[in-house]
Parts: sequence; structure tokens; C-alpha cells
Amino acid sequence: MLEIKNLHAGIEGNEILKGIDLKVNAGEVHAIMGPNGSGKSTLAQVLAGKEEYEVTQGEVTYKGKNLLDLAPEDRAREGVFLAFQYPVEIPGVSNTNLLKTALNEIRKYRGEEELDTMEFLSLIKEKMKLVELDQKFMSRAVNEGFSGGEKKRNEIFQMAVIQPKLAILDETDSGLDIDALKIVANGVSKLRSKDNATILVTHYQRLLNYIVPDFVHVLYQGKIVKSGGKELALALEEKGYDWIKNENMKEAVTQ
Amino acid sequence: MEKSINVKDWYLSNFGEFEKRLNGGKENSIHKKRKDAISSFSKLDFPSLKDEEWKYTSIAPLMKYNFIPSYEKKTVSKELVKSLLFDEMEHSLVVFINGRYSEEHSDLLNLPDGVIVGSIAEEIKKNNKTLLNHFGKYADHQNHIFTALSTAYTDDGAFVFVPEGKIVEEPIHIIFITDSGDEKILSQPRNLFVAEKKSQATIIEHYVGDENEIYFTNAVTEIVAEENAVLDHIKLQEESKKAFHIARMEVDQERNSNFSSHLISTGGDLTRNDFNARFNDEGGECTLNGLYMIDGTQLFDAHTLMDHAKPHCNSHEHYKGILDDKSRGVFNGKVIVRQDAQKTNAFQQNNNILLSNEALVNTKPQLEIFADDVKCSHGATIGQMDDDAKFYLKSRGIGEEASKGILLHAFASDVIISVKIESVRNYIEKIITEKFN
Repeated sequence: MLEIKNLHAGIEGNEILKGIDLKVNAGEVHAIMGPNGSGKSTLAQVLAGKEEYEVTQGEVTYKGKNLLDLAPEDRAREGVFLAFQYPVEIPGVSNTNLLKTALNEIRKYRGEEELDTMEFLSLIKEKMKLVELDQKFMSRAVNEGFSGGEKKRNEIFQMAVIQPKLAILDETDSGLDIDALKIVANGVSKLRSKDNATILVTHYQRLLNYIVPDFVHVLYQGKIVKSGGKELALALEEKGYDWIKNENMKEAVTQ
Repeated sequence: MEKSINVKDWYLSNFGEFEKRLNGGKENSIHKKRKDAISSFSKLDFPSLKDEEWKYTSIAPLMKYNFIPSYEKKTVSKELVKSLLFDEMEHSLVVFINGRYSEEHSDLLNLPDGVIVGSIAEEIKKNNKTLLNHFGKYADHQNHIFTALSTAYTDDGAFVFVPEGKIVEEPIHIIFITDSGDEKILSQPRNLFVAEKKSQATIIEHYVGDENEIYFTNAVTEIVAEENAVLDHIKLQEESKKAFHIARMEVDQERNSNFSSHLISTGGDLTRNDFNARFNDEGGECTLNGLYMIDGTQLFDAHTLMDHAKPHCNSHEHYKGILDDKSRGVFNGKVIVRQDAQKTNAFQQNNNILLSNEALVNTKPQLEIFADDVKCSHGATIGQMDDDAKFYLKSRGIGEEASKGILLHAFASDVIISVKIESVRNYIEKIITEKFN
């Protein structure tokens, strides 16, 4: 579904990603872990198409297309979804307005009929249960005045409504208490299917107790330095990121 | 016509002709005010950039023309009037064409006893006491050359009188249409709205003109809200983009009165609004909201004055602007809290979004506080579109143009949510949508 080859990217001339290789197939869940500043969020933002980042080398193929050639909105319409680490507050735009417009723009792109109000409302109702959000929340402005937990749940809720093919969750677990974390994890797990793929970008192993990944990758200094199964996450939790750092230093020395 | 003589001399020399055409209107006290005003006019000078109050607004483009005071009765098509109405709203309709009352297009509902809605010219003829009592009392002509010009040439305009205890439930929609043709007309609606004790009304001043016509609207509106009166005022300025629109609104608020003003401005090559409201007694509430959306080389200028002369009054002021191309905006909001005015709450905000590198805003919030037990705040922002918000919308599949439209719509809608009547709000929403979506 997604193939990243030797991806180099940066912002304002500073290279942050220094050659990423990653292959994600349908039905898989990949966790990307790493210490702060390793480039995890940059990778997520580059995949979503944030304009500030400049790709200097490499390629990204998504469903056989060159992802980097697509505008952010077209990536979304093709099924890429980014759950933001810091969801943006948009005063004056209601959640209903955002989701209805988004859904219909996506449907239009795919040559499908627009949803009528009844269809939209029943879809919303069904998905709200998944993340335990109240109906009243729909008329509130997007993320405005939301608590950290509400913002993250809103991301998962939007994902549930939009039903992407490839979901990238950027530190969706950060700052969540255990109850909110369970709600978020439960939402993600329910959306998991053999046709979808998920990339979990996370700093902590905690989320992975609830969403068991097929693969774990460790990102360090802009490169994936280690890949493995779910055990890798446990090893990281035990030994900490210093383990990776030391190992890399050793490598650097022996070279 | 293009200027052939000095603008001031032009209006002075036309006054004789104007007087001649006043059919029997020369006997009452209003005519004395006209004459006083023309004498003020002759003594005053048109403002230049050296005047503090006109520092950022050059009226040079206006001074290029000798506008012709409109004398002839004109009419417009029913379709045009219909296109300016609000959907699904019962209302009294009052139409002025080139500053003159049009009986043909006006349509008044059954109004409560004693309520007068109509033409000021008619009431002048009838020597209406309320009119004579209030006319020119709030908008002085001694220090204000455009008001002097308006008062000198007082002819017609809208008059609304709501007597004590009467409630006019349906909004009064007053449309000022200018159909100038090639003539370059001067249209000077002179309005007076008086809401007596415990009365209530909603009045909409709606200015429109043909897209490409050059004309000059010089409007003066005086508003009185007596004790416990509730008056909601909405002004929609959709003049021709080549027109000049100079307007002054003076509001006089008595004890426990509640006044709100919403100004939506999209038209005009050069627009200047002087909105001044005064609390003359305790317990007053005043809202001054505004939204200007301009492009091309348009200039919009709002000068507001909120005068807290008495204690226990609340004022809220929020002006927002969206400026594109080479347009220019000026906001000057002054709040005075006088020594007597303890327990005042006064809040003022001005926010602007610039959509191009060449658009410009000069904003100057001013607070002058002489009392010590008050809550006041003011602030101004000038910024660009929030790129993070735009990216967020795009990442949900919403296209570039639609994202921009949603964000601008949200920014603009903010100051109109307090418009109480849904159909009016919808009409304004439509103006915003047409502009940005």
C-alpha cells in the first residue's frame, strides 16, 4: 500500500529525515517509535503533505501513485488520514460543518453522490459512540476550548467518519489519561481491517498494550535504525532509548 | 460631472437652485437649520490628511467631481427591489431612490397605533413635533463639513417614530437605491429614528447602487433610544464599487436603553463611517459590531466613538475586516469613560485579515478612562490566513478554495451571530458566501 524509499526531507534547509525506508501492506499496523527530535512527527507531516517541509530525495509510492505529487487534499481523498499531534483549533467552524464538507468533497472526488442530512446524521451518531463523544459536541467549533483528551478523541472520531485506507496517528496517545487512552485505542482497534493500514507514531510503549502492532520501527536521527516485531517495543520500554543511542554510537565508532 | 469648479463653491452655488425647488418648504424651522448649515459649510474646509481624524483617508478622489444634487424623481424595476429583500421575513419596506421616498415601492405593514414609518420630507411638511424636536440635535453641523452639507440640503430621508410602549415586531427595511446613470448624483438621505420609552424596533438601512456607477452618498442618521427602549440597527452597505459613501450615525441613549448596531460593508470606492454613541444616563447597553470585506482599490474607514458619560453602562464593540488586493482599511475606535461613569464595562476589539501583500490596515483603538472603578479592554490584530488551520482542513480532504472559504466565512460570521433576526443573518451570510465561497 505504502512504500517509502530513501526519503530525505527537512524544513528551512535543515535535513530532518535522512533516508527512510518503510513498506506498509494492507492489513498491517506499524509502530514508529523513537526519542524526541528523531523525526517521527516530520515523517507523519511529510506523508500528509504539509507544505513547509521540503522533500530533497527519495520517493513515496501509495497505491501505485507518487504520493509526493499529490496535494494534501488529494492525499486525503485517496484515503490518507493524519491524526494530528496537536489538533488545530478553528473558531467559527463547527465539527458538523468540517465533517460534512470533508465527506462530501471526498465523495465528489470519488464520483459518489453527496450524503443527505439524514444519512450524515446517522453516520455521525454511530461513530460518536465509538469514541464516547456527546452529540452536543458536533455544534461546537473544531477543537476550540477542547481538553487535550477531547482533541485526541475528536481526531479518532473524524478518522472513524472518514474511514481512511491509511491512517497515520501522530502521538495520539501523548498526554492521555488511561481512560482516554483506552477509548482512543478501542476506536482504532475497531477500525482495523484487512484492507486498511495504520501507522502509529508514538514515544511510549503504553499505547501498544492496547493496539498490538505487527511491526515496530525505531527512528533515530532521521533514520530507521531498528525494526522488529512487537517485542521490540517491550525491549525499548525496558532498556530505554539510550540503548538505541549507545548502540548507534558503537556502530559509528566501529565504522 | 467632472469637476469644473472648486467643490466647495459648487455646493454653495447650487444652494440657491436647491432652495428654489423646495416647494413651500421654506417656512418652517427646518429651513432655518438649512441656512445655518450652509453658512457653517461655507466656513468649514474639507478635511485633508493633516486632520488627525482623516489621517489615513484621503478624500482627494471625491474632490474630483461636482456631484449633482438629485431633484428628479426616478423609479427602478420591481425585480431590483425584490432582489434586495430578505427571505421569508415579514417586514415594513421603505424605499428611497436617489435619496427620495418612493411610494410605489414602499410597503408598510399594519403598524401599531401612533407608529410612523416613512419619509422625512412628508413629516417636515406636517411640522411633526418629534421631528422638529430632534432633528439636527445630535449630528451637529458646526464642526463637521459633511453634516453641514447634509443639513443644508435637507430634503428627504427615512423617519421612524415608535411612541412610548409600542413594539414594532416586524423589522423596518429601508433601502436606499442610487440610480445615477451618467449623471454623477449626490444623494443625501437624512434619517431620524426615535424610539420612545419602553418601545422596541429593528431598523435596517440598506444602501445599494449599480455596480459601475459613480455617485456620492452622504448619509446622516440620528437615533434616539429613550428610557428602556430597545433598538436594533443594521446597516448593509452594498454601494457601487466606484461610489463614495460618507455616513454619520449619532446615537443618543437614555436610561436602561439597549441599542445594537451591525454594519456590513462591501461596497464603495471610498467609504467613511462615523458612528458615535453616547450614554446619557445609567444602565445602558450598546453593541457596535462591524464587518468590512473589501478588495481592488477600495478604502473603508470606520471611526467610532463610545461615550460613557454615566455609570453602570456596558458597551461591546467588535469590528472585523477582510482585505484583498490593494484595498485599505482604517479603524479608529475611541472609548471615553468619563469621571462619573463608575462601574462601566467597555470592551473593544478590531481584527483584520489581509489576503494580499498589498492590502493595508491602519487600526487605532483608543481608550480614555477618567473613572477608577471600571472594566475596559481593547485590542487590535492584523494577520493573515491561519495556514495551520487551512492545512488541517485540507488534510481532511477539503480543497484549497473551499478551505479558504470556510475559514474566512468563520472569521466574518463571528460578528454577525448577534444579529437577532434569522432572515437578516441569512442575508448577511449570503453576502459573505458570495464573496468567499
